[in-house]
Amino acid sequence: MLKVTVDLDVCQDHGQCVFAAPDVFTLDDNGRLAYVASPDEALRADAEDAADVCPLQAIRVEG
Amino acid sequence: MASVESAASEASAGIAVVGASLGGLRAAEQLRAAGWEGPVTVYGDEPHRPYNRPPLSKEVLAGEATAAATALRHRPSIDDVTWRLGAAVESADLTARTLTLADGSVHAYEGLVAATGVRPRRLPLPGGPPRHVVRTLEDSVALRAELGDGVRVLVIGAGFIGCEVAATARKVGCEVTVVAPEAEPMTLAVGEELGRALRRRHEARGVRFRMGRLVAELGDECAVLDDGSECAADVVVEAVGSLPNVEWLGASEGGTPGLGPDLTDGILCDAHLRIGGLPHAVAVGDVARFPNPRYGALARRVEHWSMPADCARHAARVLVAGLRGEAHGLAPFAPLPSFWSDQFDLRVQSFGLPGVGDRAELLEGDAESVEGDVVYGYYGGERLVGVVALGGSKAVALAGRYRADLMELPDGLDLSPSWGSLPAL
Ligand SMILES: Cc1cc2nc3c(=O)[nH]c(=O)nc-3n(C[C@H](O)[C@H](O)[C@H](O)COP(=O)(O)OP(=O)(O)OC[C@H]3O[C@@H](n4cnc5c(N)ncnc54)[C@H](O)[C@@H]3O)c2cc1C
Repeated sequence: MLKVTVDLDVCQDHGQCVFAAPDVFTLDDNGRLAYVASPDEALRADAEDAADVCPLQAIRVEG
Repeated sequence: MASVESAASEASAGIAVVGASLGGLRAAEQLRAAGWEGPVTVYGDEPHRPYNRPPLSKEVLAGEATAAATALRHRPSIDDVTWRLGAAVESADLTARTLTLADGSVHAYEGLVAATGVRPRRLPLPGGPPRHVVRTLEDSVALRAELGDGVRVLVIGAGFIGCEVAATARKVGCEVTVVAPEAEPMTLAVGEELGRALRRRHEARGVRFRMGRLVAELGDECAVLDDGSECAADVVVEAVGSLPNVEWLGASEGGTPGLGPDLTDGILCDAHLRIGGLPHAVAVGDVARFPNPRYGALARRVEHWSMPADCARHAARVLVAGLRGEAHGLAPFAPLPSFWSDQFDLRVQSFGLPGVGDRAELLEGDAESVEGDVVYGYYGGERLVGVVALGGSKAVALAGRYRADLMELPDGLDLSPSWGSLPAL
């Protein structure tokens, strides 16, 4: 199963992931990151793109 | 029998990636993701494994992060890749498919990824105080050693590296002046309106600007500007743009003169990042000049951190298909560019390509305030082509509201996959 984790201690809310995979990652109105931890398999490529463009390399995509 | 052997030895030559930084790393990962199981060799002239450049003008320069912290993680899928570090590629023969290294050795390849990035441009002026640029780890560490309380730093250039260095130097106690010919900082990337807002915030934090001025001469402890005024300086940082590292492709021995790749301002690529239309050579990252149909037919280079990853994903699939003699079935490469820049507590975060807009409009916030979040939209006619947020992460969240508009394609542009015919190998 597709599993997404973000190290929120490392995350600096750049929002690159939100643009790469808006169905997995969002920034709330306070600019804080929220994400779907077990997204649908169809979102795998988007999630991997988001992990690639995270400037802090804080996103892990497993499973 | 002999021909089988030579075919076999050719097959084992594998894919050569030239440039061992972000683009080279992502290319290697994406070649594996695209199903390439053959050898991959990455050649890099720096002595290091790929490391991250953005902290070099920020955390590393401020002494907040060590050099070791800049190492880029890689996917386990490339554990078997061969890294030839400290190995500058001197020339490539795109016809014979060989690389010649600085040590004179010649290496055959089947497929080529060019990921050689850019180097800083230097001012054609002699003399001056100690002069620095910031591109490599060594550059950043050397400049760091000069910074400190009361040190007078002159930053020449007000692009994003110039602005970041100015902010970091100020943060560690330096007296900082920025000199640049444009009216406002970062004009090329974000336009004058946001540039003005950015300058006022820098000034509120103690950075001085001499905009609309050039450096005419460098003296022992000063620079003379083109209006005759002087600017005292203990250290000079040149942040005046970059030159693509393309010379190794030009010196293609045995290549047909006049038919080599177009190397004017980077490596000219087709809509699938192929070099000169070749099925076995692609370019990625800062060095690649490619058309992005989202913003018209003009080919451009894009020096943003997220671009090597975007390029690599597309280019690797195209290259692997090309080497197998298969069609790749991809739509033309049409990424949504983005970059960020951290200056003091401020973040500039850009999505799209603001520079192609013909006007900027304030979408959110108060442009006159030196605190708080602002978001500008950049329009080409009626179409939103870029959004830039200045402030903190709230500003980025605000920018996110415009994602759907930014993703919209220009009228009539069809980005469905093209199965297209393949050029013969
Ligand atoms: C100080 C600094 C701060 C930055 N901050 C940001 C930021 O905040 N946000 C952002 O979006 N972007 C930022 N960037 C831009 C980002 O780092 C680049 O876009 C990115 O590094 C491009 O990667 P690349 O692999 O294409 O090129 P490069 O990183 O330049 O790598 C090219 C590599 O190829 C090597 N090479 C060149 N010629 C040869 C040869 N002939 N043989 C072998 N090897 C060769 C080079 O030495 C280099 O190691 C910053 C850049 C710098 C320099």
